[in-house]
Amino acid sequence: MSGDGALLFTADADLHRRRRTERRWKAVLLVGASFSIVGLAVLIVRMLADGVPHMNLDFWSESYSPSGIRGRTAGIFDALVSSILVLGMTMVIAVPVGTAAGIYLYEYAHKSRLTDWIRATVSNLAGVPSVVYGLLGLAIFVRLFADTFGMPRQGTYLAAALTLAVLILPILIVATEEALKTVPATVRHASLGLGATKWQTIRHHVLPYALPGILTGQILALSRAAGETAPLLIIGLPTYQVFQTYGPLATGTPLQVRAYYLASDARQEAIDLAAGAIVVLLLATLALNLLAIFLRDRLQNRIRW
Amino acid sequence: MSTTTGSSDGATAPGARRPPTAAIHSTEPLPLQPEEVAIHIQDLQFYYDQDAQALWDIDLECPRHRITALIGPSGCGKSTLLRCLNRMNELIDGTRYEGHIFLEGTDLYGTEVDPVALRRHVGMVFQKPNPFPKSVYENVAYGLRLHQKLTKKELDERVQWALEKAHLWDEVKDRLDDAATGLSGGQQQRLCIARALAVEPKVLLMDEPCSALDPVATQKIEDLMLELKKDVTIVIVTHSMSQAARVSDRTAFLYKGKLIEAGPTRQIFEAPREDLTEQYITGRFG
Ligand SMILES: Nc1ncnc2c1ncn2[C@@H]1O[C@H](COP(=O)(O)OP(=O)(O)OP(=O)(O)O)[C@@H](O)[C@H]1O
Ligand SMILES: [Mg+2]
Repeated sequence: MSGDGALLFTADADLHRRRRTERRWKAVLLVGASFSIVGLAVLIVRMLADGVPHMNLDFWSESYSPSGIRGRTAGIFDALVSSILVLGMTMVIAVPVGTAAGIYLYEYAHKSRLTDWIRATVSNLAGVPSVVYGLLGLAIFVRLFADTFGMPRQGTYLAAALTLAVLILPILIVATEEALKTVPATVRHASLGLGATKWQTIRHHVLPYALPGILTGQILALSRAAGETAPLLIIGLPTYQVFQTYGPLATGTPLQVRAYYLASDARQEAIDLAAGAIVVLLLATLALNLLAIFLRDRLQNRIRW
Repeated sequence: MSTTTGSSDGATAPGARRPPTAAIHSTEPLPLQPEEVAIHIQDLQFYYDQDAQALWDIDLECPRHRITALIGPSGCGKSTLLRCLNRMNELIDGTRYEGHIFLEGTDLYGTEVDPVALRRHVGMVFQKPNPFPKSVYENVAYGLRLHQKLTKKELDERVQWALEKAHLWDEVKDRLDDAATGLSGGQQQRLCIARALAVEPKVLLMDEPCSALDPVATQKIEDLMLELKKDVTIVIVTHSMSQAARVSDRTAFLYKGKLIEAGPTRQIFEAPREDLTEQYITGRFG
């Protein structure tokens, strides 16, 4: 405002210095970003290069047997079926319970010290190491169930599914609550003000609105369950079952457990098989996450907001 | 305090910025006859929490098929009082009340009254237009579907009826299946009114229904209210003194959770009995 004519929009020494600082930090951040992206890319390319060549027809259609390994006709068929069985049962158990608990806690439970405490505990449980769930599963779903209900005293598919269900329950509850939180209060008021009951309001307005969020949470929970190996090892799923049967009380080796055992096998054939199994796990997780994103966007657009 | 006549154009108080009384619509005589009363609030106390009382000793009568305006500075309890009338406050944990509210002689807080059933008869329009994220048609049809089993044809008729009542039919008749959220703010608010009217409530509660709207849209809603009161009793909360003067028959002034004064709008604006009312009306606080 020195009054001597037009303003000059040119950089002075101070601005030059600030610009230099900016360039320096930009470079640092770029290096950081490059390292993580390149590292991840190398890892994925390596895994694909190791695994894909071995993913022939036998890989998909044959089951594993220690002797078959040498004959190169071993595959992941039985492990894949086991995984789908365990994860399917996990979701059937966990989704209704977790969603219902989330809806109850957010919509119905009165605010009190107890519900605050329950909420805090649930969020904390989502961060507990999965080994802890394995030990819990072993103590309750294997040993206690064997003693009280006379179930097989070993890691069954049911015990595995129950363990994984408990493991993802906090994720489901938190995701449901978060999704419900995004529903504007004005929508609830509009419905209740017309003489709808609370449940009608939830059913007709709140859930459709929150559904994308809830579904996304469910898929992410599924992908978390699919990636867990430690709890399954702890409850004692076998490495190999001579006569593979499928059913809640049967037992077998899901893909992630199989990959773990194969990777620690010294034979080249086993390592190749493990590489293939890992690619399958990787792609399945990727696909689930993409599906979650896709569903969220699709359903969100369907709601006219 | 009978109706003032002749040279009453608001020049009574010094420095007053009263709304011109020519704009005052009320023709209501002062004492309300018992048979005219639709809503009778009796000695109402309301608490948000054990020690957070929001309303004290409210006694108020709202005449049938008239418009009652609740005015007062921000935070004085207008919305709280309004939500007592359809028991929406109960949705907040920890709230408590004492006293009575009679609607056509029935105590709304009586043991046999179900708040969900009550809300069907006491409709509400909110400050911010809040249509459901559905089509225009579905918005109006929702309340009907909740309470009645109607054929498609009956439903169509009722939806049209409600939209006509809300002066919206001509603007939306070709876009009934379009998203309600695509309408303008004023249209959305009239849609919300149509949605409330569709189930034929006895009372319509409006909480600052025009505060998010421009003057033209506001004008439309005010015209609409004057027409609607033929069929429903309206209670409106408003921050705009001129709006209260334009549309309401009776005005109640609240201050810090207490009812300071209530009476025919003309009397409240021209000859308030309380200094506090006078100060508020003339814009000297609030
Ligand atoms: N949900 C709530 N919980 C606790 N206190 C509340 C709640 N809603 C309102 N209050 C309190 O009750 C009092 C009255 O609030 P109310 O919303 O009824 O005022 P208002 O007259 O409508 O104000 P405004 O003109 O700003 O809308 C205020 O002191 C407010 O802080
Ligand atoms: Mg308010």
